[in-house]
Amino acid sequence: MTDQDVTGLPPLRADLVIEYPFIRTTGPVVGAFLTGLREAVLVGIRRADGTVMVPPVEYDPVTSEPLSEVVEVSSTGTIVSWTWVDPPRPGSPWDTPHGLALVLLDGADTPLLHGVLVDSPDQVATGLRVEAVWKSERVGHITDLVGFAPVARDTLEGS
Amino acid sequence: MREVAVVSSAVYQVEALTFTTDVQLMVPLINEARSAVGLTQADIGFTCSGSSDFLAGQGFSFVQTLDAVGAFPPISESHVEMDGAFALYEAWVKLQVGEVDTALVYSYGKSSPGSRRDVLAVQLDPYTVAPLWPDAHAVAALQARLLLESGAVSAEGLAEIAVRSQHHAVGNPNALRASAGATVAGVLSEPVVADPLRPSDIAAESDGGCVVVLAAGDRARSLCERPAWIRGIDHRIDAHALGVRDLTRAPSAALAAEKAGARDDRLDLAELHGPTTSQEHILTTEMGLGADTVVNPSGGALAADTLMAAGLVRIAEAARRISAGGADRALAHATSGPCLQQNLVCVMEGE
Amino acid sequence: MTDTPLPDEVGEGPPIHLPPSISDVEPVLSVRTPIRLEYDFIPSAAAQQYLRAYASKRILGNRSPVDGAVFVPPRGVDPRNGVVAAEMVDLVDRGHVGSFCVTHLPIPGRKDLPVPYVSAWIHLDGADIGFLGLVAGCAAADVRIGMRVRAVWKPDAELGATAENVLHWEPTGEPDVPVAEAGNRAWALKQAATGGGDGA
Repeated sequence: MTDQDVTGLPPLRADLVIEYPFIRTTGPVVGAFLTGLREAVLVGIRRADGTVMVPPVEYDPVTSEPLSEVVEVSSTGTIVSWTWVDPPRPGSPWDTPHGLALVLLDGADTPLLHGVLVDSPDQVATGLRVEAVWKSERVGHITDLVGFAPVARDTLEGS
Repeated sequence: MREVAVVSSAVYQVEALTFTTDVQLMVPLINEARSAVGLTQADIGFTCSGSSDFLAGQGFSFVQTLDAVGAFPPISESHVEMDGAFALYEAWVKLQVGEVDTALVYSYGKSSPGSRRDVLAVQLDPYTVAPLWPDAHAVAALQARLLLESGAVSAEGLAEIAVRSQHHAVGNPNALRASAGATVAGVLSEPVVADPLRPSDIAAESDGGCVVVLAAGDRARSLCERPAWIRGIDHRIDAHALGVRDLTRAPSAALAAEKAGARDDRLDLAELHGPTTSQEHILTTEMGLGADTVVNPSGGALAADTLMAAGLVRIAEAARRISAGGADRALAHATSGPCLQQNLVCVMEGE
Repeated sequence: MTDTPLPDEVGEGPPIHLPPSISDVEPVLSVRTPIRLEYDFIPSAAAQQYLRAYASKRILGNRSPVDGAVFVPPRGVDPRNGVVAAEMVDLVDRGHVGSFCVTHLPIPGRKDLPVPYVSAWIHLDGADIGFLGLVAGCAAADVRIGMRVRAVWKPDAELGATAENVLHWEPTGEPDVPVAEAGNRAWALKQAATGGGDGA
């Protein structure tokens, strides 16, 4: 197979941008999570076995039972896995290198994926205690949460 | 169950196709696979393809790629927005129904015009995950760290997988990453790119395509000296949300392998679609592959990973080895979704 | 179809219980999650040739190696037979209207296009399929299937490797192509005469 242009000239090229300006309805369960974000509160949903999923989903992923009990969880949690994103990805809410982690919030049984706001990968570790950092103006969107930052030592001692 | 076999295949993978459209890529490949068994499109009972509009940047892009088949007079046709291995499953079902005796399956992916690792972010939950644009490498890295820190495998263990792939890929004209001299120390000296993953832990992205011709019963025997008979094929899925799964496991891969009969007898080889070394490790474990099974003799997806085709390529690679007489029983695997969410296993045998 | 009524509670789950912190506030009902993907698009070799020729007011097509059918724009393949069509042929910049559509709604961002405008399948002389163009130079009500047209090119200084080089197609005043032979009807007649397009 020849993957060549017969003209021998520099290839013609064009930027092609595809945009989907989605506005999605949330339903009551995802809506509750986003409402919580707007109120600077993190919520999950309780399953029949008592465990709490964050973010909440409408149906139990194992039994497919409808779920209905939205519960508040802590804005503080523990990193269960992480990676480092450098350079930041186009379209992401972060414009500097950052951590990306699965954070198990206190009171939750499943981890939430979000950014970790530190300067270098040396400052992230599994087991690190982190707390939510909120935007001052919130609209009900996952980016109302700027990310998670390490829990300040005095806060930890005070808790 | 009706006997169905892979009787022919064609694969083409390169780093990037610049001036070649999906149609121009597939015309020679489809002709190669059909003519290898003396068939024209008029002899094909059913045609099924797999591709992604998000790679093409064009809605319903597959309808144009059908130009490569020669779809006139009108053919019986279907398409999945999935890897071609899942298109093969649909074709296999069609053959089981008994209405047709032959099927053409193809898939292709040309991800080079866009940023594939970012395009893959749009498969994640659109409310709470995709708006953060976690790219595919980052998501795989979260899984890899969980695996490493669970003690299931060491960094050296992952490097051994990368080295084995690079060694096996030598001589594979469709492999992008091949090296007879690759060493574990060499891989471990690479800087991490998606902590804890190194470049050699992540599949080499390729553009390309794959074509497989299926035939049933005596038709297969008349077309091919040694058809690769599909003895079992199954696909299973785990939950979508990353947080609700144990990412160090892939129960759907284990179940698909069991249902496809992978454990019923010895396997000479397994072609696994693991886009990272960590995912290949999980697959090997879940399917219970032993030391007597050669894993990824082609180099596997690590050597060249054409999105939407890598799984079908695994079936083609495994079938080709059976037809050539180098193997009697082989497993081929395809995955889809984030972190091995969905898994297809196809077990083939020679006669 | 049966007359089975839909269940009353389609899509309705159980009542949702909210914690106090969010039970008395305005609930979020929708969310904006735009997706933007960027591609660096490089046309195929055939399209590169076509666009470069188009910049000098030449129109290229591909000839099928199976039955000589000419496709414009060239895509490097005969889509009926699934074979490579590498031969390039020059086409004249005149032909006829195969079919058309009169649009009365403006396109955002196209102030240069007053309504109503006419888009049409232009079947060039010597080509076997039509390609899209605007018809102008006459009243929209006068456009008809079979009407002979010729290209009105941009001024030479404004030509480029783009599909925008032909401003529109205008009537030539020549006698119409009979409707029964116009556009894809001619194609269908030819296909029937040659026994279809299977090329075998």
